[in-house]
Amino acid sequence: MSHPLRGSTAIVGVSTAGLGACPGHSEMDIIASAAHQALADAGLKTTDVDGLFSCSTVYSLATLSIGEYLGIKPKYSDSNQVGGSSFVGHMLTAAMAIQNGLCETALIVYGSNQRSAAGKLVTMSEPDLYEAPYQPKQPPSSYAMVAARHMHEFGTTREQLAHVAVAARNWAKMNPEAFMRDDLTIEDVLNSRMVSDPLSVRDCCLVTDGGGAIVMVAADRAKDFPHKPAHVLGVGMAHYHRNISGMPDFTVSAAADSGERAFAMSGMTPADVDVLELYDAFTINTIMFLEDLGFCKKGEGGAFVADGNIGPGGGTPVNTNGGGLSCCHPGMYGMFTIVEAVRQLRGNCGERQIKDAEVALCQGNGGRFSSQITALIGTESTL
Amino acid sequence: MSQDAQAMLATPGPDLVYREALDAGNFQIQQCGGCDQHIFFPRMVCPKCGSNELAWVKPSGLGAVYSTTVVRRKPERGGDINVAIIELDEGPRMMSRVEGIAPTEVKIGMRVSVKLIDQNDTKLVVFEAAEGGAA
Repeated sequence: MSHPLRGSTAIVGVSTAGLGACPGHSEMDIIASAAHQALADAGLKTTDVDGLFSCSTVYSLATLSIGEYLGIKPKYSDSNQVGGSSFVGHMLTAAMAIQNGLCETALIVYGSNQRSAAGKLVTMSEPDLYEAPYQPKQPPSSYAMVAARHMHEFGTTREQLAHVAVAARNWAKMNPEAFMRDDLTIEDVLNSRMVSDPLSVRDCCLVTDGGGAIVMVAADRAKDFPHKPAHVLGVGMAHYHRNISGMPDFTVSAAADSGERAFAMSGMTPADVDVLELYDAFTINTIMFLEDLGFCKKGEGGAFVADGNIGPGGGTPVNTNGGGLSCCHPGMYGMFTIVEAVRQLRGNCGERQIKDAEVALCQGNGGRFSSQITALIGTESTL
Repeated sequence: MSQDAQAMLATPGPDLVYREALDAGNFQIQQCGGCDQHIFFPRMVCPKCGSNELAWVKPSGLGAVYSTTVVRRKPERGGDINVAIIELDEGPRMMSRVEGIAPTEVKIGMRVSVKLIDQNDTKLVVFEAAEGGAA
């Protein structure tokens, strides 16, 4: 018996907004643009929305602020905040709400102007009694210590990490929306300024502005919209810790569980996946997620990426938009994994299009390798 | 139930107890009466078994570097510093730093011992390379 949520909903509208630098605009301007454009993509307007999903590091009551601004009076509202993974998680809640008749047209939206507003990653203020006194650079130092442990246990090298950054850049060169599209070599990555050993600035995601939005409806309505629907086949969540000191094993993320749950709901295996959009906040993320999600064995992620599997022409294409490393990273990148996955399933990706892409995997990451949410979406042929 | 909840909150909280002991020169962690496991950071409820029978104990002060990084900073911003995750011999891990050697010389597996230093009018738990050196 397949899971009742498998294929019950579909994504019928997507958009990005203000990617890169968007000076002179508030976070809400970008959110509103993304919402408007994604709804237009579905042939809808804000007045059609009755389910609203978002979160923000600026608006602590995100869906209240967005609802007021856009004039949306939702029947179902969810501001669940689990860091950059949140929007992938909202897909699961939206699917449950739609499936149970709590709402019909769900808008999941995100935007941030943190490049123009702050010039650095903006994180939430909260008491941090047991890590902050040691003055780590957050979040890079947390991810750096995961990379250091992975290198210690498995012999992963900085060169292998650099392959992740170069593959992302090679994809970005084929994406007109990507923020960084100039040449990048392994040597460039290795020689770039060290931020928190072993991660250099080119191992770290960008800090950009930008937003994105998706529109979800019940699968039986999906054919009534202008574009080919992307069906939500499975979503799985997991988290074990908040701060890095609490991560049980630095070489295994909760993606091992979120992935298993998403694959179980979808009835699929890694072999069924045509394209992967993995939240690459840092180069180590891509290696960890490929291992934890079952695309290679634990400890072999470094060799897997260095063998050319994930870049253009590789057998396991990862982050075809250029990822957080080269396309955009406005602070919570999870939304962009979904937008790119849908565009690939629609066949809209031009030069970077994965031929006959039918199943896409989105991996949302939040906190310090903390929250992991995996989603599998597919074309009508996968139902 | 509500009376039990009142009792749990009748004495100063674990963050405060930890801080006051530390400032008096005593680094202490909690041990669970339900499962015997040691935990850090201080809590009201054991994250291993759910018990609220947590007692303060003095750890051996010995541990090993589980992971490490060098936070790169310009000299005018204090220069490079070490940040490390220390696994205490009792089991829990904590963020700290290893002092007394160059930040780049801190290695995973290195044996370390605790040292309390003064920072911003309070005590801070740091570590230094222990007798026996590298693991």
